[in-house]
Amino acid sequence: MSRPSDHIDSRSPITKDSARGSAPITQPSLGVVGYVRFFWRQLTSMRTALFLLLLLAVGAVPGSLVPQRSSDPNGVLQYFTANPRLAPILDSIQAFDVYSSAWFSAIYLLLFISLIGCVIPRSVHHFRALRAKPPQTPARLERLEAYELVNVAPANVPAGGAAIAIDAARRILRRSGYRVRVFHGAAGDLSVSAERGYTRETGNLVFHTALIGVLISVGIGGGFGYSGQKVIVAGDSFANVLLSYESFLPGRFFNETSLEPYRLSLDSFTASYERTNRAAYGMAIDYSAKVTTFLPDASGKLTSGIPGEIKVNEPLRLGGNDIYLLGNGYAPIITVRDASGKVAFHNAVPFLPQDANLTSIGVIKVPDALPKQIGMIGFFYPSKTQLMTGASTSNYPDLVNPVLSLQVYTGDLGLDGGIPRSVYSLNTDKLVKIAGRNVATPSIELSPGQTSPLPGGVGSVTFENATPKAPVNDLSKSVPRFVSLDIHRDPSQAWVLAFAILVLGGLLTSLFIPRRRVWVKASESADGALRLEYAGLARGDDPTLVKAVQEIAERHGRGLGIPTDTAAGFSDEESSATEPADANSADAKFTDANFTDAEFSAGEPTVAESSADARA
Amino acid sequence: MIELVFPSVVAVWSAMGIYTLAFIGFTLDLAKRSAWAQQQKEKNPLLAGELASAQRSDQARSQGSVADELAGQGSVAQGSVAQGSARRAAGSGGTAVLDRTSTASGAPQPLSLRLERIAFSLTVLAWLVHLTSVILRGLAQGHVPWSNMFEFSLTSSAIIVGVFIAVQVWQNLKFLGAYITGFALIVLGVGTVNFYVDIKPLPPALQSAWLVIHVFVAILGTSFFSLGAGLSLVQLLQARTAGVPARALRFLQTMPKAEVLENLAYRVIVVGFVFWTFTLIAGAIWAERAWGRYWGWDTKEVWTFIIWTIFAGYLHARATRGWRGARSAWLAIIGFAAVMFNFTVVNLFFKGLHAYSGL
Ligand code: HEM
Repeated sequence: MSRPSDHIDSRSPITKDSARGSAPITQPSLGVVGYVRFFWRQLTSMRTALFLLLLLAVGAVPGSLVPQRSSDPNGVLQYFTANPRLAPILDSIQAFDVYSSAWFSAIYLLLFISLIGCVIPRSVHHFRALRAKPPQTPARLERLEAYELVNVAPANVPAGGAAIAIDAARRILRRSGYRVRVFHGAAGDLSVSAERGYTRETGNLVFHTALIGVLISVGIGGGFGYSGQKVIVAGDSFANVLLSYESFLPGRFFNETSLEPYRLSLDSFTASYERTNRAAYGMAIDYSAKVTTFLPDASGKLTSGIPGEIKVNEPLRLGGNDIYLLGNGYAPIITVRDASGKVAFHNAVPFLPQDANLTSIGVIKVPDALPKQIGMIGFFYPSKTQLMTGASTSNYPDLVNPVLSLQVYTGDLGLDGGIPRSVYSLNTDKLVKIAGRNVATPSIELSPGQTSPLPGGVGSVTFENATPKAPVNDLSKSVPRFVSLDIHRDPSQAWVLAFAILVLGGLLTSLFIPRRRVWVKASESADGALRLEYAGLARGDDPTLVKAVQEIAERHGRGLGIPTDTAAGFSDEESSATEPADANSADAKFTDANFTDAEFSAGEPTVAESSADARA
Repeated sequence: MIELVFPSVVAVWSAMGIYTLAFIGFTLDLAKRSAWAQQQKEKNPLLAGELASAQRSDQARSQGSVADELAGQGSVAQGSVAQGSARRAAGSGGTAVLDRTSTASGAPQPLSLRLERIAFSLTVLAWLVHLTSVILRGLAQGHVPWSNMFEFSLTSSAIIVGVFIAVQVWQNLKFLGAYITGFALIVLGVGTVNFYVDIKPLPPALQSAWLVIHVFVAILGTSFFSLGAGLSLVQLLQARTAGVPARALRFLQTMPKAEVLENLAYRVIVVGFVFWTFTLIAGAIWAERAWGRYWGWDTKEVWTFIIWTIFAGYLHARATRGWRGARSAWLAIIGFAAVMFNFTVVNLFFKGLHAYSGL
């Protein structure tokens, strides 16, 4: 349905005045209140809304061109390294935080203020319009967009004549959702005036209001949530307290007591890979983490566990928490003995996957080794193979030929300075490489179960086999898996969804419900014949209007038992468009005067003025 | 059912062949329309516009109230009059061919209309073959055929043409045939030549009912936006050549007036907008399930939002003084360009979570 011309944003009063040639263009000085009102009018005008919408679209573009701190912090670091000159300049205009930047926020806040300023007066108007009665039946219906005429011969006129006919029409229209009102014409005719489609404006208002709802729920509700990341190796468990998270991002209003007290253990993790389709050989086709959750009972003790499963598209909903499976990899179990033969390190170390075949990198820090601390950077290949270049890589993500390759350093790991260090990186500045590339001893290569002495007698390293009892050539479970879980709480989510559904519902209603008026007029002539007229008018061009009026006429005729052959006037000729009634028959036209909802903002010229314009 | 892959590929190429023929047909039709418009004007300069409307009178009859919209260069405005002129024309020999209904009585058609009809039939045929290919691809891999860029090209072009064909029931928009078949050919050609990938199982991230819903609705939205952009394009051309009948692009004289095109574009885009709104919401729901947040300003999300905002702007423009007509038409075209950008450049060159190009 397209919009009618009467719906176009009104002209500025100045243009109007000068067009009429009456009021002078010079205006009295505005004063503070005047200026405030002036700006408010500007802000809530349709044109400003349009401008701000387009500005919002343009403003969103830069955030897709440069990496954003919120979604790609590493990308931002890389960008700084790659563009050392440009990056600080971009940073100064918040180009790496576009969606929380002052300027982007300004655009959408202005837009939403404009929206509020626009929705409130319209709602008031609409509320009044909802209780208004359908307008008087125009005198000359034949001038309307859709028109049907049926002349009923005296013999066929139903008992009761015009009164019965109008009563029937009223009932038909009512049943079709029209609001109706019966008029007694001056010429003794009876007519029913009907209007429907208020829902259209209601839908539009619901749509716009729900948009505000979305923004508010996102803005406020998001502050109460949090999100954290946790890496768990199969077999381990995790208690939901702040300390156990790898990283944690609290919302503005977050309070530590709102962490649900639960414990979650990762019982097993299975990944399946494609084996039959050669084009996709080794592609992951399923990840599944089997977990057990322990929730507190009435006394606060963690009860016996509830088994559950987490998959990529199937998060685990636990109380107010949602737990997502975001990543996985291998966590080789490594034991390091120092020079004295004492176990200085024994742990499953999560290695970060670098490619689809899970070639992974990990770091082992052994601060307790004596006499010197030991650090290692390791590559793990689940299925090791040699490239033509001689470099090693993995050619399948599962454990077919697992190999761990370690470069070993000794010296000061720099852990005592109180500076937090990532467990995934090793600062080698103060370390001496004792095994690896470019030193006498090459990297140490181990298969599960193997041990190798470290050069210089500093100790030994063992790559433990997690399933030592399995057959010798079955290494398929020899290295445990880890998963990285995202744990979120977002209390606003349900609100956002509810408002989003209202947005969609409002949109559908406002775009597809036609708003129209229909009149049925019955007049009896002296000879006892009955003249039935049906007419319709739509707001905007409404391709189904003619059909709708025809249908009403047909149903009405059938209901009254009028033989169809007497009902001339169902042909196209008669219903076809006649030039619309002249501007003076304003009672019949869908002008602003009748459709109050067309006034978007308080500041635009009043209805009467614009129809006066039309006449001028 | 890997053995279905080969027939699917054969079907793609066959469809492209037939689309090419249809495209040629539609283009020749445009050329003939130009020639025809010229001829009419030479014969009877005063009547040219009227005859243009007469040519469309069969529509005018079936459309009743929209009859006036279909008149050519603004002379005749009403269904009944248009019919009248067609009848009048029928009486005057040479122009009898203008009335389509006269085909039934055995009179020869103008070449233009015959070409259009042939081209449209070819389009339907190509589309059936195309659809077969989509279905075979889906059967071969056991999941919906829109999980990577090749499949997205394959399916979206099929749905775009499908929507174009279906829309004819509502409105005769065959004059967009060259645009739509040309567009489908490009999408299909680039998709098949540059983005082709063998069938693969669905990665865990895409194993969701939302893949079916979200992406399918996005394609539907895209189809309606593409029609809207086509109509807006013709609208702009029409507005530019209005009142200058002797100018180039004479075939425009056989097409609806700018205002009519604007209304048609609006109706089509409104449908697209509803689909797009749904896509946005469904995408957020899916993102929440798969990535743990419903909105994260991922590049793809950003562009989907930008497109949505542009079209919201378009809808507002239609209700804003001074923004109707050409300006809103430009917004419709820019919006569709953004859709295309989102699909091509953003998929291929921008980094983000939506890494499903399959390349
Ligand atoms: C967040 C910003 C906004 C968005 C996304 C938005 C979106 C939309 C959309 C999609 C429509 C067409 C659907 C319908 O008719 O319900 C629409 C219509 C409308 N909007 Fe907005 N809008 C926004 C802000 C505003 C503002 C600030 C105003 C007030 C100046 C406004 C006034 C209107 C009016 C009057 C209509 C009806 C226009 C018509 O009848 O065609 N909107 N809006």
